[in-house]
Amino acid sequence: MEQVFFFYFAFVIAAASVLVVAVRNPIYSAVALLIMFFHVAGLYVTLHAEFLAAVQIIVYAGAILVLYLFVVMLLNLRQDDRYHRQWPMAAAVGLTLVIEAVILTAMKGWTTPVIAAGTETTVGGTGNTEAIGDVLYSTYLFPFEVASLILLVAMIGAIILAKKDLGEPTEL
Amino acid sequence: MSLYGTDLLALLPELIIVVTACLVLALDPITPASRRDLLAWLSVGALALCLGLTGWQISVLNVRVSAFSDLVVIDAYARFWKILLYGVTGVIILLSLPYLKAERIHLGEYYGFILLALSGMMVMVSGADLLTIYLGTELMSISLYVLTGFNRSKPRSLEASAKYFVLGAFSSGILLYGISLLYGMAGSTKLASIAVAIGTRGADDPLLLIATILVAVGFGFKLAAVPFHMWTPDVYQGAPTSVTAFMAVAAKAASFAAFIRVFVEGLGGLKADWSLLFLLISVVTLVLGNIVAIVQTNIKRMLAYSSIAHAGYLLIGVVTFSGAAVAYYLVAYLLMTLLCFAVLVVVGNSGGSDQIEDFAGLAKRSPFLAFAMLIGMISLAGVPFTAGFLGKFFIFDAAIRQHQTMLVVIGVITVGCGFYYYLKVVRAMYWLTPPADSQPVPLSALSRLTMTLLIAAIFVLGVYPQPILNALDQPAARATISMFR
Repeated sequence: MEQVFFFYFAFVIAAASVLVVAVRNPIYSAVALLIMFFHVAGLYVTLHAEFLAAVQIIVYAGAILVLYLFVVMLLNLRQDDRYHRQWPMAAAVGLTLVIEAVILTAMKGWTTPVIAAGTETTVGGTGNTEAIGDVLYSTYLFPFEVASLILLVAMIGAIILAKKDLGEPTEL
Repeated sequence: MSLYGTDLLALLPELIIVVTACLVLALDPITPASRRDLLAWLSVGALALCLGLTGWQISVLNVRVSAFSDLVVIDAYARFWKILLYGVTGVIILLSLPYLKAERIHLGEYYGFILLALSGMMVMVSGADLLTIYLGTELMSISLYVLTGFNRSKPRSLEASAKYFVLGAFSSGILLYGISLLYGMAGSTKLASIAVAIGTRGADDPLLLIATILVAVGFGFKLAAVPFHMWTPDVYQGAPTSVTAFMAVAAKAASFAAFIRVFVEGLGGLKADWSLLFLLISVVTLVLGNIVAIVQTNIKRMLAYSSIAHAGYLLIGVVTFSGAAVAYYLVAYLLMTLLCFAVLVVVGNSGGSDQIEDFAGLAKRSPFLAFAMLIGMISLAGVPFTAGFLGKFFIFDAAIRQHQTMLVVIGVITVGCGFYYYLKVVRAMYWLTPPADSQPVPLSALSRLTMTLLIAAIFVLGVYPQPILNALDQPAARATISMFR
């Protein structure tokens, strides 16, 4: 059952990635990227990394991709043909990678994947989201707070650099 | 709250600085423009409070305290740098006051960001974990990116800010990559655990070497060592002069402090490998920094290359494992660079530009300013009886003891170059005739007092270096430094 899901996610991720670079309309590219992000999140769920899956959807699909779409729509890029005449380059890179993979498998041989024993992160019967939250607010409280300061600096800094009138004194 | 009571108490200076920074940011909108001086004085007051607090800690019980599950350590080493950073930041704020008014960028946010950058530096110098050190570095850097672009009406300032940001983000990425490899190797980002893991894995592990190189590159950028120095001249020139002073002095000191802690406490087991790496870097830094400085006509660019060159001398101290010499050199460097920038802030303000020729005949216009600049320059060059001379003396002494004759030879030759370009400014001030329409440069009593104190400190430390050498020689400090000897 797990394998079925893995192959489903892996296939969709690969197909969507190809679509991202192959379709000509940037909007379709972005949507294909969105599909890929969702399936990567699905892959994380099969690995029992629920927190990572949620972050993947919230941050990548929710924030970064929406930003992409905004830019694409604001710039009104209907079609950009500049990057669609790169088949020779793509073939060369792809061929190199295939040769590398063949050599590596020939050297190491096919081995069955090693299934790690007992590494599931369930601390005291809680899920991994709770476990992460737990260490974040206990062991790593200090770095967490410093990171919040960094966000504060970034936020105010962006305002300072971008705002039109900050009330600078006009005369001496 | 009660859980972290003692931890918070240990971090009281950091808390005071952060709270003051937030207070300044919050008070700024309700402070009328004419009374923004109060925000500067509030910041200076907080710094004085922290200075007293840390000074009291040093005098009462200078022991190593770990806080927040060993992510932060407050030891004699951290306290030494914190004291220095408070002092330097205080002087910078005092110098900024008239400068910001003249440049018409007197905004409360400036002081808030200076204090936030300072809190990042404090986290850096007392980080016992790569995670904390990295976050401290980022807090400092991001505040500096904003401060660099603070003069928003000048394209040069914004360009410097963008350049600094892009290159800085890139170097942070490299540093993080190194840290992640170390984490993968040791299973922890704590410096102590990394040292243990290096002990068990042996020093010739290729993974370790790659990680060391990446971390060295990341720090090399912050220290402005060649070949990671490209950003320095442009950023130093573009940033508001008071911010340049802050970068050249405080950011450099904090980066060196964190850098030495990481490489001694964490990667001390690889000393044989990284000392060769830094040997090469220091030679290139010395040669390039000093030679390119000769042809500069803008004094801020010249001071940028001079700051690169001084990073080279400091790296000689790192290569020869002499902690006290590095600490003394840094203190001397802070004092004399601060003095030069103090004069530059005042003169640049009245003249509107900062070319070396603008200093022509300064001695006739404003003898005191010219004298202060003279002291700063000869100390940077390394004339005896100034702190700069003793700093170089200790560094070369350490190098000779370690039989690094080649380094000493290169060092002495580059000092010769230094004399040429530092004295070029002195020549302009004392031998060239001032332009016909020149007037004396107005100087506030506060700036005059600050400069007098800096001059006094340069001479006192130049003949009596014991306080600095002893500060790091106490039993608690020896833990870090002994590995260094």
